Amino acid sequence: MADRHAINVTVNGVRYEATVESRLLLADFLRDQLGLVGTHLGCEHGVCGACTVILDGRTVRSCLVFAVQADGADIMTVEGLSRDGQLHPLQEAFRDKQGVQCGFCTPGMLLCAYEFLQEHPQPSEEAIREAIAGNLCRCTGYQFIVEAIQEAAARMAVASR
Amino acid sequence: MATMAPARKWIGQNIPRLEDPRLLVGRPGYVTDLVLPGMVHAAILRSPVAHARIVAIDASKARSLPGVLAVVTGQEVKELTNPMPDFGPDPSKHTWWLLATDKVRYAGEPVAAVVATDRYVAEDACALIDVTYEPLPVVVDPEEAMKPGSPLVHEALGSNVAYSRTFVFGDVERDFAEADVVVRDHLRWNRSGAQPLETVGAVARYDPATGMMTIYCNSVTFTFLLFLVANTLRIPSNKLDVIPCPAGGSFGSKFWAVRVPILAGMLAKLVGRPVKFVEDRLDNLATSDHHGSDRIYDVELAAMRDGTLRSLRIKVIDDYGAYIQFGVGTHGNSLAQVVGPYKIQSVQYELYAVLTNKCQQGAYRGFGSEVTNWVVERMVDLAARELGIDPVEIRRKNFIQPHEFPYFIPTGNMYDSGNYPGVLEKALQLADYQGLREMQRRAREDGRYVGIGVISAQERSVFSATEFWFWFDQPTGITSSPESVTLKMDAMGNITATLYSQAFWGQSPETMVAQVVAEEFDIDPSQVSVIYGGSASGLPATGPGGSRFTIMVAGAIQGAARRIKDKMLKIASQRLEVAPEDLEFAEGAIRVRGTPEKRMTFQEVATLAYLFKLDLPPEIEESGLEANYTFDHPYTTMPSPDRKNLGVFYPFVGHACHIAVIEVDVETGQHRFLKYVAVHDAGTVVNPRSLNGQIIGGVAQGLGTTMYEQFVYNSEGQLLTGSYMDYLIPTAMEVPRVEIGHQETPSPFTPYGIKGAGEGGRMMTPAAVCAAIEDALAPFGVRVNEVPVTPEKILHWIDEARARQVAS
Repeated sequence: MADRHAINVTVNGVRYEATVESRLLLADFLRDQLGLVGTHLGCEHGVCGACTVILDGRTVRSCLVFAVQADGADIMTVEGLSRDGQLHPLQEAFRDKQGVQCGFCTPGMLLCAYEFLQEHPQPSEEAIREAIAGNLCRCTGYQFIVEAIQEAAARMAVASR
Repeated sequence: MATMAPARKWIGQNIPRLEDPRLLVGRPGYVTDLVLPGMVHAAILRSPVAHARIVAIDASKARSLPGVLAVVTGQEVKELTNPMPDFGPDPSKHTWWLLATDKVRYAGEPVAAVVATDRYVAEDACALIDVTYEPLPVVVDPEEAMKPGSPLVHEALGSNVAYSRTFVFGDVERDFAEADVVVRDHLRWNRSGAQPLETVGAVARYDPATGMMTIYCNSVTFTFLLFLVANTLRIPSNKLDVIPCPAGGSFGSKFWAVRVPILAGMLAKLVGRPVKFVEDRLDNLATSDHHGSDRIYDVELAAMRDGTLRSLRIKVIDDYGAYIQFGVGTHGNSLAQVVGPYKIQSVQYELYAVLTNKCQQGAYRGFGSEVTNWVVERMVDLAARELGIDPVEIRRKNFIQPHEFPYFIPTGNMYDSGNYPGVLEKALQLADYQGLREMQRRAREDGRYVGIGVISAQERSVFSATEFWFWFDQPTGITSSPESVTLKMDAMGNITATLYSQAFWGQSPETMVAQVVAEEFDIDPSQVSVIYGGSASGLPATGPGGSRFTIMVAGAIQGAARRIKDKMLKIASQRLEVAPEDLEFAEGAIRVRGTPEKRMTFQEVATLAYLFKLDLPPEIEESGLEANYTFDHPYTTMPSPDRKNLGVFYPFVGHACHIAVIEVDVETGQHRFLKYVAVHDAGTVVNPRSLNGQIIGGVAQGLGTTMYEQFVYNSEGQLLTGSYMDYLIPTAMEVPRVEIGHQETPSPFTPYGIKGAGEGGRMMTPAAVCAAIEDALAPFGVRVNEVPVTPEKILHWIDEARARQVAS
């Protein structure tokens, strides 16, 4: 295929150079070329939110972004949330509140909540529900996810004091 | 029964889930994440039409595309495989192949498969396959499909009615003749499905030198039926190894789902390289073989003026789609609890299983009995309305009472135990029912339409496979549907439990298994390692499904633990010179009762067992501390030859009361929840937080079925809801906060008294939500007898009701 492009991306603090077809989805690039399989593909048409990653500070659906569009971008995936084997307070809260069942929506849900809490450190239940309404979870009915995000907000507020 | 519950250390605790650390960092080990050396990728070409003869397939362009290793069509499938496993009636008359062979029978049916070096190329190649179809008349309405002269989905069957029969349990004629009132309704339960966020996938590898086929997959829980998969693949049953991978959700839809692993297996053998096939979302929506029930009911309920419920007459037409892989097992499930929690004395059940040009049905949380719960509860509400009795009172009056268990319902199934009035009172209290009625009255005065739905229904658990065959007159015998475990204490005294089914699909099998092992050995559950074994070296297993797994695997663990502990006691007894009956397991050691300082740690005992067998007493037959145990169904009986009694086939019966409070906007048809309460009795609770998670998740799915989700086919048989823009899964904005209560009535027949609980949420919510909406619209006299209840339908019902009021 002639239609290939050289791209440079930083993912979870690591720089990568790659050559990709223009049609390659960012999600497939992350999963198949970089081996970051924590980014899950649920619907591949931008509704379910499982493939959510953070690109230059904003959440995007990596099934709706081509890898070439990420050229020069700084990306965070779920693999970038925990540091040195320590879970992020959001992950800890998801565990303590059982905001996880099958784990398939979890990475997208975590990154959605991560972005939301940065802008809304003390959210109401209603605001959390609205914030995660673009991420489908088929297992939990959302209640424990909402509780986990509330719990994480409280812990992160204490930590940043 | 005022017996004291035995003191337990780990069962009943909210321990954090053992599964979560790897799920939280995105490393669960899903099959989609698996990469094998040399692996290539498959995609399928789906039929664009619902019913057509395949005249010709030209795959030459696809085959010549660089990167394409193989293109397989239906004709080649007939050379490479045998027909798919099929538990339906008379499979030779509606034969199901891996790919469509002579004709396509629904839009989305796979017509060809491509193997290529990557998935993108495989899909490119699918687009290059040229199929010539000769269109045939389409039949999508099951009632039309039953009529003589209808287009036939399977010509060999000679009809679209794959199965029909009327069963009578008890004296229905007498009960109806003696009844004061008979209420009748026509009810429609439209088709929805599990739609786990992870689709079905498999990676297959074939070794031509050994003939061994290894398939990694996220479906197929029944390991003892894998010989059927081997048969389709035309390999010996001892040359198939199915390795379970954790599933990103199933809700029943992956409990069999053998087409994906079989496709991967066939292609891997053909191309000589490992093949990955993972459904995309459209595959999963259109051709997953796991759409839920799709039923049309005409029901009569006979009652006395005082509210006593006497008898049910049910006529049901079920639209199975183009194939009928599980026969009418979903109706067997319905018959397990067809009278709900009530002392209804007789039942007539008239079933028509109809084939149409749609995707076939499979399993979805409830397996058919969630529909019956909805039907029975809707009819009880109708009787209450007709008789002018409060919906709570009519339920209370007809409950099977706590002292009447074990209770045999007219179909022959047994309810093991329960306290239905207790559950109801708890729920009414938690919801503040009197306060709610007062609030509703005030809201009505303000011109608001607030409704309260109260329902009481059953959650049967641990199926016996009789439900799949008692429909037919040939005696088959009772299949145990066993579950197995291997427990191993290694030389360091650490314990590993190996599970053999496709056990993880989002519930908490590892956590629960660790809790039971911890209980048996008195160790901390975090010290227990839980792994999943492949089928080739595995034991018979049935896996999750029918809310059976916790009960069955707990039984297996108890059995295996007993074997290991017996051996450990013999060793410790010799070393400590104390009789085995004077020893106890406590805090990771075996110690002498009353003299706890006289003890051997597990490690000390295990080291002897593994390294120094020859020093041990002769009754220790072999080295090591490992035990297998296969736990069989604890209580099931044969149906009577005349099928007037179906025997005991689903006996551990949980119960729940759900209360929904909903306000309806009568101008827009929109609704909002004001409250949702769920009180469940699942017997002994193993992990309350996990159970609550199952209940709330089930409520969310029940809500989807009730208000939002439907596989809509148009008159041409085209699936109109082929994306999540159209097939609407509830989000965090739609699912209400659920207030949960528990009652624990232990089963007298199961390990620890556990009852199944994985399906209950979805089995209750449709009835509760419909009752609340109907109650909200009571001023109009609206009857809610169809799901999903869309805003359009609500407005239509209100318009109809207003027209009726004007007319009268």
